[in-house]
Amino acid sequence: MASGTLRTVVKVVVFLVAASPAASVVTLTVTDILGRTHALGANPIDTLTDTTGIWALRFVLLSLAVTPARRLTGWNILIRYRRMLGLFAFFYAALHFTTWIGLDQGLLWPYILPEAGPDQAVTWALIGADIAKRPYITIGFTGFVLMIPLAITSTAGWIRRLGGRWWNRLHRLVYVTGVCGVVHFLWLVKVVEAEQITYAVILAVLLGLRLWWAIRRRLASPAVPARQTLSSPG
Amino acid sequence: MLIKTRPELPSSEITPESVYVNRRTFLRAAMAAGAGAAVAGPGSPLVGDASAQTGNVWPITNAAKSPFSTTEKVNAFEDITGYNNFYEFGTDKTDPARYQGKLTVRPWTVKIDGQVAKPGPYQIEDLLKIPLEERVYRLRCVEAWSMVIPWIGFPLAELLKKVEPTAKAKYVAFETLRRPGEMPGQYQAALQWPYVEGLRLDEAMHPLTLLAVGLYGKTLLSQNGAPLRLVVPWKYGFKSIKSIVRISLVEKQPPTSWNISNASEYGFYSNVNPTVDHPRWTQSRERRIGEFARRPTLMFNGYGDQVASLYTGMDLKKNY
Repeated sequence: MASGTLRTVVKVVVFLVAASPAASVVTLTVTDILGRTHALGANPIDTLTDTTGIWALRFVLLSLAVTPARRLTGWNILIRYRRMLGLFAFFYAALHFTTWIGLDQGLLWPYILPEAGPDQAVTWALIGADIAKRPYITIGFTGFVLMIPLAITSTAGWIRRLGGRWWNRLHRLVYVTGVCGVVHFLWLVKVVEAEQITYAVILAVLLGLRLWWAIRRRLASPAVPARQTLSSPG
Repeated sequence: MLIKTRPELPSSEITPESVYVNRRTFLRAAMAAGAGAAVAGPGSPLVGDASAQTGNVWPITNAAKSPFSTTEKVNAFEDITGYNNFYEFGTDKTDPARYQGKLTVRPWTVKIDGQVAKPGPYQIEDLLKIPLEERVYRLRCVEAWSMVIPWIGFPLAELLKKVEPTAKAKYVAFETLRRPGEMPGQYQAALQWPYVEGLRLDEAMHPLTLLAVGLYGKTLLSQNGAPLRLVVPWKYGFKSIKSIVRISLVEKQPPTSWNISNASEYGFYSNVNPTVDHPRWTQSRERRIGEFARRPTLMFNGYGDQVASLYTGMDLKKNY
């Protein structure tokens, strides 16, 4: 069996599926602009910000789900897709942040729409004040910034350079990103609903499983608690 | 007149099919409106008969222009009727347009009670005998977006004068219809139902305070609060309670829904104020729907000349 070919095909399919929300956003945006339709709704900037944000959170959770899924099912092949899912999480988070600062806050508008009035100009001071005043933005921003070193060190070269143990430790930062993402979502809505609770519960399960396994490991081998060469940040 | 209420439908009857049908009803209404053609309404405008189908709109031709109208560019009908906060139909902005189709707006009775000389059930047809005006107002949502809407209605003061508040009346309390069978969002506990709001009597009597029955030359669609809603243009949008079934003149400050839900974020007054931020976001700027860059928010939503005197000597940071 040409397992190499199959592997490539599966990887391409996973890539295309992961990229499809972005493709959909681009299609809707182009339709909205060119067709002068309401493809993005009455408040297109909010639609873009919300869509990219929710997909960032979903991919953070998906990448966090790989290790538990692997352990519970024994399908070690899943590890092959973890890096891609993590990078898609970073990609959607970067789109989300760019949409917010560029279109929602408006840093980009002077370049896109020069006819906007002077009272619509936005400054770094205004944005800075907003970030400081709004904790849900601070926490969302933190979650995004923590992903930057993870995206940079996602290559095989960086894993080698850091060594598996340190690389694993560094990449545990994604746990913090997950918490930041869920809190950001809970904190920004006017009324907390089933949607936000669902993401919080999923994250709690994914992190809870890791904690449970870590405790069991320690109880099983108290002599070498830190030498878990097989541990992975997942 | 016999007051007939439709029996509440069990939730099992809220099927995707009915949602689909309602949506088509809405789309037909929106398309007819978009074409600018006269909508063939049953009977005379406004005084629709009790068997009128839901989702229908009737043209209103007898509304006088008002000097209180802004000359700013009015938002598209599609946006005004498709981007709504009306949690009775769901919390997504598109939910109200999607799920409004079951709401029965005729017959409609408004109970007026409390400190008034002439309490009683008032039929919507009786209220519509008050002369109508078109008022183009800015609407500023607490979520920092805004629209310009050509409302049709009459000053709340005209109605209150008719029912004659007593000397004890200090506040006006309002209540929205509670009918989960027709307002599926009420099956969720996003807020306490029924939705309640309130104004100080002098706010209620202010000439800018409107009871709206229509917009864009037609009766209100249900997602905008048919058949009767409040419009207080210098306050955040949630003060402008929709689909009103009860108006009570009371002695004490009445409870209000968003204040019950989160008292530290939503006060009784909720005047538009760019200098008093929401605890979680700034109120200094807003996005006008249809525009991209944010614009500065105006004190009292730009109605300061008319209403600032209502709050002389008050600390607006404390009375947010």
